[in-house]
Amino acid sequence: MGSLWAWMFLALLLIIFSVASPVFFTPTNLQNILANMAILTIVAFGQTFVIIAGGIDLSAGYVMGMVSVVAALTMNRFPPGSPLWLVVAGGAVVGVVAAWAAGLVNGLLIARLNVPPFIATLGMFGIARGVGFLFSGGMPVPVRTEGIGRLGNGYLFYYHPTAGWSFLTPPPGLVQADLRQVVGILPFVLIVMAVLLVVAHLILSRTHFGLHTYAVGGNKEAALRAGIPVERRLVTIYMLSATFAAAAGLIYNVRFTNGAANAGEALLLDTVAAVVIGGASLFGGAGTVVGTLIGALIIAVLANGLVILNVNPFWQFIAVGVVIIVAVLIDQARDKLVRG
Amino acid sequence: MPAPAVETSAPVLRLDRVTKRFGGLTAVDQVSLQIYPGEVVALAGDNGAGKSTLIKMISGVYKPDDGHIFLADREITISSPMEARSLGIETIYQDLALCENLDATINIFLGREPSRRLLGIFKQVDRTKMLVESQAVLKRLDIRIPNLRRPIREMSGGQRQAVAIARAVYWNARLVIMDEPTAALGVPEQRKVHELVRALKQQNVPVIIISHNMQDIFASADRIIVMRRGQKVGDVRATDLDGDGLVGLMVGAGET
Repeated sequence: MGSLWAWMFLALLLIIFSVASPVFFTPTNLQNILANMAILTIVAFGQTFVIIAGGIDLSAGYVMGMVSVVAALTMNRFPPGSPLWLVVAGGAVVGVVAAWAAGLVNGLLIARLNVPPFIATLGMFGIARGVGFLFSGGMPVPVRTEGIGRLGNGYLFYYHPTAGWSFLTPPPGLVQADLRQVVGILPFVLIVMAVLLVVAHLILSRTHFGLHTYAVGGNKEAALRAGIPVERRLVTIYMLSATFAAAAGLIYNVRFTNGAANAGEALLLDTVAAVVIGGASLFGGAGTVVGTLIGALIIAVLANGLVILNVNPFWQFIAVGVVIIVAVLIDQARDKLVRG
Repeated sequence: MPAPAVETSAPVLRLDRVTKRFGGLTAVDQVSLQIYPGEVVALAGDNGAGKSTLIKMISGVYKPDDGHIFLADREITISSPMEARSLGIETIYQDLALCENLDATINIFLGREPSRRLLGIFKQVDRTKMLVESQAVLKRLDIRIPNLRRPIREMSGGQRQAVAIARAVYWNARLVIMDEPTAALGVPEQRKVHELVRALKQQNVPVIIISHNMQDIFASADRIIVMRRGQKVGDVRATDLDGDGLVGLMVGAGET
């Protein structure tokens, strides 16, 4: 799964950066890459469904930002001392409801009123952005809940050369100097990303809904005539994309302990790039979740490698921009080859 | 008008003076016809003769303004294409309505995919069953398609037609309507379609073929119904007619 050239390009990047810098190919750095790409990857999973169905969701990044803002505001409403799980659950419920509203409007506009996906989600891009900034007053909203950052930046296991292994928290009784030597293994966000990877993959490849997503993207008219409830499927697809954006927004909350309307600003380019690099066709009908993961890995490795090599980070935008255009060119060439 | 072909068994489909008007134009004017089991009927006529309108009333796209439709002696009203399908009337349109990005097995089952439970809870599409059943129905129709898991996009025109027919047969079609089935095909592919029509006939499923193509008509039809200006002007055994005679009926030559 995922096209061959994408795997090869990823391998090539890994080799280049490993040769260029000794700190790149280390367990810690690779784990950092994976943890840092979680937000991008999760939003891209939702985008995968939309693009396979022949659409595009331009609003996902700002829906994510809006979710992070309303979730942060909700979490701050809980009285100090409330249990952490309750605070997070409260923020999650409000955040997901806000995302669903956005996804529902996208879906109804596109499925029921035949608004082109590009226009409908561009409108929602503006709306979600405006709502996010209005609620936050134009400033990031810090989450004041005790321990929220540990959730977003914690690990499942910790290892210290002398104190040994521990579970969920660093080995006890270490002083500040020792703590610097503690190595975290399996970040929570990485586990969340892995779970969502499996969920998205199973939905797309195993369920009727997933199959219908391909059918709608391949030939909407044929899907209709075959009796597939195309309208309902499209609405669900856009709501699913919004749901993944909400999950990413909540991860942003716990990882950076704040909510920000522009938290997902850079994600539009990156998510579409990840999905397309992963072998999805912007004409619809093709793509996989694993392919999207490869696409996200390529972007994340590129970002990390360029930083390690001290390249001005703005080059990253240019690199991703070039890669997405090349990916589409390859996609079109492949189409021509098949169609003859 | 030559005498209609005589059949002994009861008709699968019977139209009784069916009429469809669009504004001042009578597109189909009091047409009556019967279709018998295992019979291949060609519906011939020039452009604008009313063939498509007639077919669309049978496949649920249009509602007749007048007249009655009987399926196996029971009068029916068909309000939508979905309802026609559920009654066992399958229409195979020229564009075949296949999802080219998906494989043959999925296309045969599209919209009605079987499911099985994973670990007893998670409901998933049963791809194995789709493959096994697809192989069975294709075998019944004597169709060989190597590798059913290839996307339709990579298949030939004849193979696509075969998938569309297999889909109709699998879902127990009582009547198959084919709209210009060979319009976009080369000669060898056209032959394959004629074989498919014969295979359908062997399943005792009657077929109505709308066609301009004389070869289509004479290669596969038992009976030819000719329409002109909304009216039925001929209902003849294919063996009682040659190409010139058919064209004569279609364009109204020899009429005084």
